[in-house]
Amino acid sequence: MIDLALAPGLRTALAELLLTMADDEFVSGFTDSEWTGIAPLLEEDVAISSISQDELGHARALYQLLATVLADGRDEDALAYDREPDAFRHARLLDHPRGDWADTIARRFLYELADEARLASIGDGYPPLTELVGKLRREERYHRMHLVAWIERLAHGGTEPRERLVAALAAVGPDAATVFTPLADEPSLLEARILTRPLAAAEAAWRADLTGILVPLGLPVPPAVTPTTDGRTGHSDSFRWLWGEFTSVRRSEAGATW
Amino acid sequence: MVIAAPPRPGAGARAIDGATIMGALNEVPDPEIPGVSIVELGMIGAVDVRPDEIAVELLPTFVGCPALEVIRDAIANRLAGLGRTVRVDVSFATPWSSDRISPAGREKLRAAGFAPPAPVRPGRLLPMLDAAAAPVACPYCGSLRTTLENAFGPTQCRSIRHCADCRQPFEAFKPI
Repeated sequence: MIDLALAPGLRTALAELLLTMADDEFVSGFTDSEWTGIAPLLEEDVAISSISQDELGHARALYQLLATVLADGRDEDALAYDREPDAFRHARLLDHPRGDWADTIARRFLYELADEARLASIGDGYPPLTELVGKLRREERYHRMHLVAWIERLAHGGTEPRERLVAALAAVGPDAATVFTPLADEPSLLEARILTRPLAAAEAAWRADLTGILVPLGLPVPPAVTPTTDGRTGHSDSFRWLWGEFTSVRRSEAGATW
Repeated sequence: MVIAAPPRPGAGARAIDGATIMGALNEVPDPEIPGVSIVELGMIGAVDVRPDEIAVELLPTFVGCPALEVIRDAIANRLAGLGRTVRVDVSFATPWSSDRISPAGREKLRAAGFAPPAPVRPGRLLPMLDAAAAPVACPYCGSLRTTLENAFGPTQCRSIRHCADCRQPFEAFKPI
């Protein structure tokens, strides 16, 4: 058995990393699951539903890992459903509502590539996370492929699709880098090789990746903004409504087994 | 003269080894494709048989596979009655890949109407998009004139293709 003992400070730092990753996957997955049944094409209905299901599954695995790190008696369902809205730590990019199809494609494209850059920054310092991330990266390849295909399709889709995509990128772009909001104790995570590079370096890699896709299509690259520490707090009314939705069943009967 | 002593009756008397366990697990079907077993799909990692416990390492095909709990229960049920505690550990230590599906598993998938996945092999990002390198045969007529309709399908592990010869849509396992 591998010794997974963590110093208290490192435990706190790891828990914050896991919480941000899990909340990002959970909120983005739940938001886009709203397309099930109403996506623009039947094939796309299947695709976006499958991607959302992947993200919710990733969130579940990350919350399970977080539960073992916190060891405070909460399981993955308690972590997902029993927190108040202000306790969520997803990035402000994912606070945006589902919106129309262009909004969804712009937001999810920016997020998928950001998530990929973050997953590529996870080192071998905490084996359970390293192993899970190895599996997640295989699955996320399909998401990237799908979102890049949609960006190209809307960019080449004539006047209205292109205009709507440009407007959507402009609306969510300024919040895109909030996925890389600095963690409270990145130095400890770097020293323990749980992270291999600061999130600021992951952001630079993400920006280069985005630029390589958006610039040839003549699309705007999200502006570089000064890193803020509040990119994962102070959530929108849109998220508060979503929280009411995704906790409604759980809140309806405390402690019930469904 | 050697007289074989009879085994002590009750729990733990029978010789149980890893092969016995794998044989039993090979009778546990995939909940969504009953014609193929979880062993043939490559979902079983290590099996550890101890005097008081059988530990089974279960490798999920996809992290969010909703059938995982059903499979976990089916494993526990199949191994119950061997006189030992059964422990099923979901593990990502060896990430499940579609390359783990056995030759028998691939044939059973095909017979059930699911095209088996192209080999992933190291370095190939998305072989399903590389039709020249990895043609996918129609599971109904064998034609190689098939096209990808949707990289996503009714479950996380499947995609949707179409056969130009028998004009059937069919599902194909995702290479991953």
